[in-house]
Amino acid sequence: MATTLEPPKQLTMADLKGKVDPDWCPGCGDFGVLAAVQKALFELQISNHDVVTISGIGCSSNFPGYMNTYGMHTLHGRALAVATGVKLANHALTVLVTGGDGDGFGIGGNHFVHTMRRNVDLLYIVMDNQIYGLTTGQTSPTSRIGMKTKSMPFGNIEAPVNPISLALAAGASFVARGFSGEQKHLTELIKQGIKHPGFSFLDVFSPCVTYNHDNTYQWFRPRVKKLEDDRAYDPTDWMAAMEKSLLWGEEIPIGKFFERTDVPTLHGAEPVLNEGPLVHRDPRVPLEVARSFVEELM
Amino acid sequence: MKQTFAIGIGGAAGQGVATPGDIFAKIFSRRGLHLNAYNAYQSIIRGGHTFLTIRTGPEKVTNMGDRIDLLIPLNQDAMNRHLGLLSDGAACIYNAETIKPGTAAHGVQLCPLPVSKLADISRNKVAQNTLAIGAGLSMMGVGFQALSDVVTEQFKKKGEAAVAENNNVARAGYDYATANFKPFAKPLPMTENRYAILSGNTAMAMGGAVAGVKFYSAYPMSPSTGVLHWMAAHARKAGIMVRQVEDEIGVVNMAIGAAHAGVRAMCATSGGGFALMSEGLGMSAMTETPVVVIDCQRAGPSTGVPTKTEQGDLWQMLGAAFGDYPRVIAAPLDIGDCFRMIPEMFNLVERFQCPGIVLCDLLLSEGRLSVEPKELDLNPPIDRGEMITRANGGRAGASSNGTYQRYRITESGVSPRAIPGVPGHMHTVATDEHDEDGVLISDEFTNPTKRRAMMEKRMRKVAGIEAAVPPPALRGPGNADVTLIGWGSTKGVIEEACEILNDHGISANQLQIRWLVPLHGEAILELLRGSRHTIIVENNYSGQFARYLRSETSYVPNGYIRKYDGEPFMPHHIVEAVKEQLAGKTKLSVPMHEIVV
Repeated sequence: MATTLEPPKQLTMADLKGKVDPDWCPGCGDFGVLAAVQKALFELQISNHDVVTISGIGCSSNFPGYMNTYGMHTLHGRALAVATGVKLANHALTVLVTGGDGDGFGIGGNHFVHTMRRNVDLLYIVMDNQIYGLTTGQTSPTSRIGMKTKSMPFGNIEAPVNPISLALAAGASFVARGFSGEQKHLTELIKQGIKHPGFSFLDVFSPCVTYNHDNTYQWFRPRVKKLEDDRAYDPTDWMAAMEKSLLWGEEIPIGKFFERTDVPTLHGAEPVLNEGPLVHRDPRVPLEVARSFVEELM
Repeated sequence: MKQTFAIGIGGAAGQGVATPGDIFAKIFSRRGLHLNAYNAYQSIIRGGHTFLTIRTGPEKVTNMGDRIDLLIPLNQDAMNRHLGLLSDGAACIYNAETIKPGTAAHGVQLCPLPVSKLADISRNKVAQNTLAIGAGLSMMGVGFQALSDVVTEQFKKKGEAAVAENNNVARAGYDYATANFKPFAKPLPMTENRYAILSGNTAMAMGGAVAGVKFYSAYPMSPSTGVLHWMAAHARKAGIMVRQVEDEIGVVNMAIGAAHAGVRAMCATSGGGFALMSEGLGMSAMTETPVVVIDCQRAGPSTGVPTKTEQGDLWQMLGAAFGDYPRVIAAPLDIGDCFRMIPEMFNLVERFQCPGIVLCDLLLSEGRLSVEPKELDLNPPIDRGEMITRANGGRAGASSNGTYQRYRITESGVSPRAIPGVPGHMHTVATDEHDEDGVLISDEFTNPTKRRAMMEKRMRKVAGIEAAVPPPALRGPGNADVTLIGWGSTKGVIEEACEILNDHGISANQLQIRWLVPLHGEAILELLRGSRHTIIVENNYSGQFARYLRSETSYVPNGYIRKYDGEPFMPHHIVEAVKEQLAGKTKLSVPMHEIVV
């Protein structure tokens, strides 16, 4: 992503720490995601005042408050729409969007699909715990069939959404999956996602230690297999990515499924932005242009 | 009485009602005449019945009036629906080969055109329309050259042959009428003035452009879509990012995102789309991010009558989103005001960092009005409020790192707003209740003292907004027999009703409300203290404004005039209702719309 570097000051890890400590449950997978995002920004040395972290509502959506960047804690499901507006008003900013599976795939599902097809240049990290946590444990769009929750006490009868296949089908130009228990790998994916010119989707297994007793660290650990370990895997091959996205069970792939850089970003495709970010422009329409608008009506 | 002349053109959608309308409108405005146009139509692309009224005259024409002087029915249906409404001195021009006239009132001139004798109808499908325009202009005493100029412009794109052919057809109609029909009693006047013809949607879009809007988002919805169309067509010239979004939820959230990043952002919709936006309005208020939303009202509830007008969304605006928060709501009074209101609204919402709603309606959005170009201020004042940007010294404030408080408690309730990208002012804005530094107090740190302080900080802006907005004024003679109270788009028709009442010996004055929130209730009570008989006129079923005024001031008027059939008021509706109410016959009049369109 395009970023403005502020050279004089070396960014430290401490610079990225927010005003308050996270109030997530001890052991929550989101701690690992927060640490990886901060590490990635530190390693990339992106000035924190040029970063906007935007979230919806939910446990993981408290994320912006734990960062020391510009932040927006918006409405449930709406983070991507807000983020699109931010990016289009000032495309020099690095935009990170964070949230959960209910926020992104449930109430925000419509914006999820459309933001991908528009190829808005931002990194969208979903902390996917397959449960609604902040509302104390209901079925989410990624809960498996049969999972018992407070809202489906006799077991979920609805098929879960596959976020990776959905992202590929919707035209996301960068699609990856991480695991909160694999810090180094996750940090690397975040860095790639930030650098990718276009919409980067990163689904992260981020276990809920309080409400999801099915998909725990212990459950994920033996199953996750890094795509990067398979030398034959080609992340520019969309069909291969689609095939990999369907794997679930004893072996679950994590890593970069897909990336293409030949699609224009939304802000890159719009000539109105050729002269630079809108926010830095004089808001006034030149008088002779305004006069021509009136003349059209005479 | 003002001298006006009104043309009614009726036909099925797709029969070409719009083109003759455009041609007449151009000729009138070039003659230096004012005009007001209103198109009654249905939610159909082909078929149905469309009826366009264009009323013109040397003075301002504020509404469609009561009388049609020239009727041009393009099919039998239009003839059947409208001929009976013509009165002495009017004329009806029609295709004698396809349309049979009914019985016309005394003094109405029937003008049949032998269309196939005057034009080659096998080649020119709209020959009857062009012949009728020519005939009509001849009877109005307009020289042929004016028509020829407009026809030439209209068909230029289709090539010289089309220009020549249509000019010949227009000429044939013109000459036939000169030889066979009686001209109108008064020829159409002419002045040296030149006007721009605007729809309310065009006016609001242009108002946005000159106000410095840099982001416009929308989802198509009648009758607001015209704003999107203008914005999209002029985006590159005006330097505006225009996006068509997946739904109105996305629309308002995107606009708020853009506004947060530091540009003026606007969106427009109608009642149904606004319903989807309401949670976003709350976010605008809670995060203190200024945004302007235009609601072009149409007849509801639900999908309702998408192509018909109503003033039925007031309570939706008053109650939009949950919780208490400062907001501004204003209803433009006419199409020129649609233009003026947008820069004014932006200055207010940016000063007070809150959402602003422009409550327009189909009558203004899709109606057309002549406006003196000088009345369109293309360089209006722009007040962006207390903003911290890179340009205005944000960098100098870098030392304030850790001490900048986005929601600092101030006397005015307004806290300086740093936009992303400014060093040293990092903060998180939140829809959760938060402390002065943006940190949530809604989770483990909930604190009743802080919550109360933040609530009071935001609500203190209400007093500031009220002081920044002028109270309404009474128009017309003092000590009148009757005071008509209206809001928004009914200004023009009430004005004319007052003139007619005064001519009929009933002195009438008018109180038209533009700013709905803040309302200036005390000032309104003071204005009405001397009124002898007050009547609230509005385009809805339940008297939404009457209920609002009562809730704010306990004021109860003497009577009500309401209309909720989808069509706007005509002056005589109001005049007759006032007379029956002054005679003590009723307190609530619901005028019948005689024209079935």
